[in-house]
Amino acid sequence: MTMLTAGFADPVLDAQATFRAVLEAVSRPGRIQRAGGALNPPAPLNQAAAAVLLTLADADTPLWLDGGSAAEAWLRFHCGAPVVAQPGAAAFALATGMPPALAALAQGTEEEPQGGATLVLQVSDLAEGEGWHLTGPGIEHEHRLRVTGAPEGFLSAWVANRAGFPCGVDVVLCAGDRLTALPRTVMIAEG
Amino acid sequence: MSALESPRAEGATMEGYNFAYLDEATKRMIRRAILKAVAIPGHQIPFGAREMPLPYGWGTGGIQVTASILGPADTLKVIDQGSDDTTNAISIRRFFRRVAGVATTEHTAEASVIQTRHRIPERTLREDQIMVYQVPQPEPLFRLEPRRAETKRLHALADYGLMHVRLYEDIARLGHIAKAYDYPVMVNGRYLMSPSPIPAFDNPKMHRMAALQLFGAGREKRIYAIPPYTEVRSLDFEDHPFRPIRAPHACALCRSTDTYLDEVITDDAGGRMFVCSDTDFCAERQAATAQEAAE
Ligand SMILES: [Zn+2]
Repeated sequence: MTMLTAGFADPVLDAQATFRAVLEAVSRPGRIQRAGGALNPPAPLNQAAAAVLLTLADADTPLWLDGGSAAEAWLRFHCGAPVVAQPGAAAFALATGMPPALAALAQGTEEEPQGGATLVLQVSDLAEGEGWHLTGPGIEHEHRLRVTGAPEGFLSAWVANRAGFPCGVDVVLCAGDRLTALPRTVMIAEG
Repeated sequence: MSALESPRAEGATMEGYNFAYLDEATKRMIRRAILKAVAIPGHQIPFGAREMPLPYGWGTGGIQVTASILGPADTLKVIDQGSDDTTNAISIRRFFRRVAGVATTEHTAEASVIQTRHRIPERTLREDQIMVYQVPQPEPLFRLEPRRAETKRLHALADYGLMHVRLYEDIARLGHIAKAYDYPVMVNGRYLMSPSPIPAFDNPKMHRMAALQLFGAGREKRIYAIPPYTEVRSLDFEDHPFRPIRAPHACALCRSTDTYLDEVITDDAGGRMFVCSDTDFCAERQAATAQEAAE
């Protein structure tokens, strides 16, 4: 058993700052926020994804992840979230590699669409002002977002995800200590 | 006031309670609800509301939302019917100064978080501001269909015929829609939503507002949200379009003719005048006028 690296230095204030970054990201899809810059999570977990899960996951949120045993041990210890084998049973799904199909994750129901999962998706890079064209709630005219390392077929899966509204999955994209979000309402056109 | 304990609440602060009063497990639960509320604009999300050291009717839902978002860098403004000076507004400001150590202000322009009961400030809000509304009754269909299971079903089906019939009955009977407060809106073309008991005059300010709008109902344990730049339409009919109503006067103090006015009694002899309900806006306008006169 190797030593686990620390979680947030200040669990209360760091969680608050990370939450505001995620709230801003979900409220203004495609705008890039920073989180977790002081964390040193085990590979392949990146800082932003680690910060998001430290902030939002706990014993009440089943977690699915593909990050291997070191990442799993770290998240189990710091969040106390129960790890599940089926992506469809998770409130939070963490994908460091090829993610499960959006349609395989919890969608919520017509009466309780909030049961739709949050996919924390690690990608290699995020950049504003180029790439995809995002429109929808939270966006005045259009936001541009370049996602390097987005999974194959993501945009067509996203069209299907949007079509299920109000059910569906919300995505938080994380690269290094940077993140942005794609709530289920956002429309994405190829750049 | 007793401290709420959590195995993860390592950051308990002075006086024995956690930063911003709520324990960290409760904040996480409320934060998750807020994020889903933003992702599903206008949809009510149940949450496990906590007892707060203020009675219901004092905005415990708004207070729990504010407590879950607030950080040391924030500046908080609290208004009650447009005023910063009511007992309610003063108590809530004092509460957050004590439990979160945040700066407070009475100036809309200086605030990063504005908790409100019954008004939206007159000044146009910015992207770096968040509105938190105190909501007594989150369900817009409550008076028409008291069964919660049934209203959930109607929202799932986007079946809002009941509300259209109710408003149309007003038109048939009175020639206009009688609702002056808590006038129902459609959010992003999908969910019927209660804007809380703000005057219908304020409804247009919600439409494509640059600021994020969050709503907390404490007794009813519901959270909902309107993301920035989101379409918010007051329900109306083609032959009876929605019209925001205000008293047809100028403010007696700042002479404004486009703000929401309260009628106030000025003396025992029944004297009365109309003044801006937004006290901060009115004071700034008076100061600006005085400045111009001096120059
Ligand atoms: Zn005035």
